[in-house]
Amino acid sequence: MGIQSTAVWLAYLLSVVSAIGCVIYGVINWNKGASKVKKEDRAWLEKEEAREEEIS
Amino acid sequence: MTGLITYIVVIFYFSIIAYLGWKGYRGTKSDLDYLLAGRKVHPYVMAMSYGATFISTSAIIGFGGAAAVFGMGLLWLTFLNIFIGIFLAFVIFGDRTRQMGHQLNAHTFPELMGLRFRSRFIQGFSGLVIFLFMPLYTSVVIIGAAKFISSGFAIDYELALFGFSTIVAFYVIMGGLKGVMYTDAFQGTLMLVGMLFLLIFTYSKLGGVVEAHQKLTDLAPIAREVFKGTGHQGWTAFPIFGSQFWWIMVSTIITGVGIGVLAQPQLVVRFMTVRSKRELNRAVLIGGVFILIVVGVVYVVGSLTNVLFYEGTGKVAIVVSRGNVNEIIPKFISGYMPEWFGIVFLLTLLAAAMSTISSQFHAMGTSLGRDFYEKGIRGGRQSVRSMTVTRVGILISIVLSVFLGYWLEKTYGGTGTSIIARGTAIFFGLCAATFLPMYFGALYSRKITRTGAIAGMITGFVVSGFWLLFMHAKESTALLLCDRWFGRPCLLQYLNETSGKWVSHITGPIIWAEVDPIIFALPLAILMTIGYSVITRPLPEKHLDRCFSK
Repeated sequence: MGIQSTAVWLAYLLSVVSAIGCVIYGVINWNKGASKVKKEDRAWLEKEEAREEEIS
Repeated sequence: MTGLITYIVVIFYFSIIAYLGWKGYRGTKSDLDYLLAGRKVHPYVMAMSYGATFISTSAIIGFGGAAAVFGMGLLWLTFLNIFIGIFLAFVIFGDRTRQMGHQLNAHTFPELMGLRFRSRFIQGFSGLVIFLFMPLYTSVVIIGAAKFISSGFAIDYELALFGFSTIVAFYVIMGGLKGVMYTDAFQGTLMLVGMLFLLIFTYSKLGGVVEAHQKLTDLAPIAREVFKGTGHQGWTAFPIFGSQFWWIMVSTIITGVGIGVLAQPQLVVRFMTVRSKRELNRAVLIGGVFILIVVGVVYVVGSLTNVLFYEGTGKVAIVVSRGNVNEIIPKFISGYMPEWFGIVFLLTLLAAAMSTISSQFHAMGTSLGRDFYEKGIRGGRQSVRSMTVTRVGILISIVLSVFLGYWLEKTYGGTGTSIIARGTAIFFGLCAATFLPMYFGALYSRKITRTGAIAGMITGFVVSGFWLLFMHAKESTALLLCDRWFGRPCLLQYLNETSGKWVSHITGPIIWAEVDPIIFALPLAILMTIGYSVITRPLPEKHLDRCFSK
């Protein structure tokens, strides 16, 4: 690869491998974890929007 | 970068941004509509908008410049950015933060911690830390943008700094753009395409991947000559173990930024705005690829600029930029890339900087108004005044950040210091030491007590602050307090009478004055959090059940 040291070469490799890991994780879990909107979620967003309005 | 082509690209770009902004605004009236109506936003659009706000201009300009100095060893930070900044952050911290935030109806990071540990002090103190120290991070993002504008349009740095800051201030005061998901996604896509183009262009100009690396490796003797005495061994090698550059790279840049991202208040808040765990799972896929391409390319191309500069001018990057690390990438883009690419890149980076900076100003303002003033000082009593304090907070943070952007560049501009990378690392490190033990404990342990959380937070903050003011040579020398109190720039240095210079105490491979605060502050903060939690009373079970959605 034309790279002088193993430590740098390893970083190059690990960066690519970890990104591939993210892709695999994302593909496996693409449709997992969906949840219904709870009353706490709704209350949270209402307060968030009210706060945003106050500042702007 | 002037002429007809520039104007055409600028008009075309703004037309797309305006159209997408309008489309987003019309399509999603409010976040509440989005959540309740269950509107479908394509995961690509969502993840790209994450990416565009995750990586700011400072990363490309500042860390690209740092790579031109330190070399490809910085790719370790790419690995940590993907593994910790995306995978661990989204999978381990993301969903729990979202659930707890909604359960406790918390809207800022200090508020989340304050409510979780039932402590006004935690909320007020965290708010104050963010308000006082985030300007350092914001200022380096501003420096990155201003440097690129000044290089791209051939104007003075000061003019670029104040002009850009004025535009951002208006943007923030007008309330920022609403419904920006599509524009963010467009900018994210541009960054992605732009960085890929940059990589392919650079590699092909140098004759291919292996040839390019080899040419960079062949410049090692020049690196050792230019950076004499620092431990530099070439741009495709790691610095000598225990050398000055090794400590800066490993302890400050790689560890500080790599771990610090987990406790970034403005990023933590983003998890709460997500609808469910599914969105986080999907974002892991696209986020991982995005970081690899954008950040990875920055470090590879940043290092390779040395070869192109050397072939063109006979000088390496840091010499061409006359010691100004932040000018390396702008000079490279304007000198070696096609004109149209330069202007698209400039606009993309400016847009990325604006969205990052406006969210930072927002975080600083609410930290002062909501967290410090309303909760910390007034005990949670809402008043019209807390809103005024928030607005004043935003204004103060803008002024402070611009002043720092001016002062830091003036002080460190031509000294070979990677000020953007260092400024980012200091803030990230401070956040990690102060907030991370408490934050992780809040999400994952019912046993961490209020006293434990406070003890860890104070320890992390005090040790980091003390180390920066008196022990870490680069900062303690600049901040002057150590000199005023103890008559020396750094407590870990002594005057070498032969050379007349201050030099660091060394024990084996440890150059004490170069060791970053995070190396001591974070472990001590973890120990204090756990230690005090063992000997103090836990929070009531009922409260913990609520926090953990039981």
